[in-house]
Amino acid sequence: MENTVLLAVDGSDGSDRALGHAIARAKQGGAKVVVAYVIEWSPYSFNTPEENAQRHSRRESEIERANSEIVTPALLRLKGEDLECEGVVRHGPPAETLIDLAKECGAAQILIGRRGHSGLKSLLFGSVAGNLIQTAPVPVVVVP
Amino acid sequence: MKRILFLLLTAVFYAGPAQAGIDETINNITAPIATFIGQVVFFKVPIAGANLPLVVLWLVIGAVFFTFYMGFVNLRGFKHAIALVRGDYADPNSAGEVSHFQALATAVSGTVGIGNIGGVAVAVTVGGAGATFWLIVAGFLGMSTKFVECTLGVKYRNENPDGSVSGGPMYYLRKGFEERGMDGFGKFMGTFYAVGIFIGALGIGNMFQSNQAYVQLNTVAGGALDGYGWLVGLILAAVVFAVIIGGIKSIARVTEKVVPFMAVFYCVFAIIVILMNFSSIPMAISNIFTGAFTGEGVTGGALGALIIGFQRAVFSNEAGIGSASIAHAAVRTDEPVTEGYVSLLEPFIDTIVICTITALVIGTSQVADPNFAGDATGVAMTSAAFERQISWFPLPLAFGALLFAFSTMISWSYYGLKGWTYLFGEDQTLQTIYKLIFCAFVALGCVVQLGPILDISDALVFLICVPNILGLYFLAPIVKREMQKYQAKLDSGEIKKFKH
Repeated sequence: MENTVLLAVDGSDGSDRALGHAIARAKQGGAKVVVAYVIEWSPYSFNTPEENAQRHSRRESEIERANSEIVTPALLRLKGEDLECEGVVRHGPPAETLIDLAKECGAAQILIGRRGHSGLKSLLFGSVAGNLIQTAPVPVVVVP
Repeated sequence: MKRILFLLLTAVFYAGPAQAGIDETINNITAPIATFIGQVVFFKVPIAGANLPLVVLWLVIGAVFFTFYMGFVNLRGFKHAIALVRGDYADPNSAGEVSHFQALATAVSGTVGIGNIGGVAVAVTVGGAGATFWLIVAGFLGMSTKFVECTLGVKYRNENPDGSVSGGPMYYLRKGFEERGMDGFGKFMGTFYAVGIFIGALGIGNMFQSNQAYVQLNTVAGGALDGYGWLVGLILAAVVFAVIIGGIKSIARVTEKVVPFMAVFYCVFAIIVILMNFSSIPMAISNIFTGAFTGEGVTGGALGALIIGFQRAVFSNEAGIGSASIAHAAVRTDEPVTEGYVSLLEPFIDTIVICTITALVIGTSQVADPNFAGDATGVAMTSAAFERQISWFPLPLAFGALLFAFSTMISWSYYGLKGWTYLFGEDQTLQTIYKLIFCAFVALGCVVQLGPILDISDALVFLICVPNILGLYFLAPIVKREMQKYQAKLDSGEIKKFKH
């Protein structure tokens, strides 16, 4: 477990570069890679009764899409390099959820790609990588 | 579709002599009908000089019974309810499902409506300051009824093939009785409730709301909308139409997000007004207590005050009507009773907090100036109480009233529709017919006077809560067992907090 890294992916170019970095690092140190995708969600939002009634099936299709479009392709690349890996998709506030996942799988490191948003945009919306750096209990590698 | 609605409404509006004015004509036609229905269904028993409507008695006895039977769950469960809403017990692996908070928020925004602003004023006008006391007592007792009905709502909901869920009294009545080997009776009760809720949705969750929203708009406009109720009604109906038939969900989503903030905004300003009436607070509070037991100046005395208080409380928090269990049923949990706990916060927020605040705004204003509102009643009276201290407040209040009314109407259109689909299936054309009827009543609500609307709404509420509470008595032992099992799991540590 010592040598597990958590790779946060979101399907962007940055997360692709992070995957490349993860492959390189895992090959060097023989690490296991946990590929994590967080679907942004808050338990404290306000919904209509209809949205609530359909929530369960929505959630399943969201997870399915995240798996098929983002997580599985990443896992295939890792497997192609003969690396030990597993995937996880979870709903929640991104940075917080990634930290929880890192704790759960005992990751020694979190890898995340940089989105490269301008100052104003990240000021308004915050950046997951920025939040992680401030709050993660393990070292965070931000891949440019 | 829009043309059908338009023709339908024009037909209704031009049914009488044109010279009498459209609003007046419609009112003249509908008022006697409403009063008649009100008298028949809303049977009153004269006791000690007061008229005790049977429906109130029915609901009070139910609420008192459930409070004792569940061992004062409304007090005991309060802290646990808050922990559940905060997500202390939420399993991270089920993140993305409807949370307890979301289910509660949705149910509350269906509940917090004009009743909290206008209904309280009606209670105080008719039942005196003492009605406020009974309103709070009713809210407290109603928490137990909610607990029972929402636990059942989750336990006996249906999971549809498309993954969506349908729950509510029609399902728990049918399945609950089937479990006890009373198939036929269960079917009858389920159908009875389904009929009640889809017709009842047209009163409490529809006409009463649109009526009071119009009244407040007219007050702000300085009476410029007099006689134009039909126009305001048509516009309101068109917006509701756009959401529930046109499928413009963004309107509903925006409303759903704005309503909680409006409720907080309303409470903050209400507290400011109460504080501005500072010197009147002690007198207002003492009036509430003395009025509750002496009923001074109220028809029927203390009993009269009690009846009115209970009646308005039920009208506002819907405990015993079963509507909220339709909304709460969407939550995903292995323990149905958790949703019961969460739901008991609903009458607390709605009645004990918001209604009481409104009552104090009116009460303190009355102490300062007994004739502050003139002849006004309902939402107009509340508005006048705010205006005494904050002259510009009626405008945002009108906006808030409109939003409250709107979100309640959207929620109730969903509740009514669930009753309708329970009876007639998921057929789209039939659903559209129901939605059209619903829109027509939104328009009608703006035209008819408040009195007949209250009569008809109260009568329809009766129709819904008879099968519901009757069923609750039979099914309460199931809820009690669930509650005890859950408590044992909590005590043994089988159910743990995820957050610390």
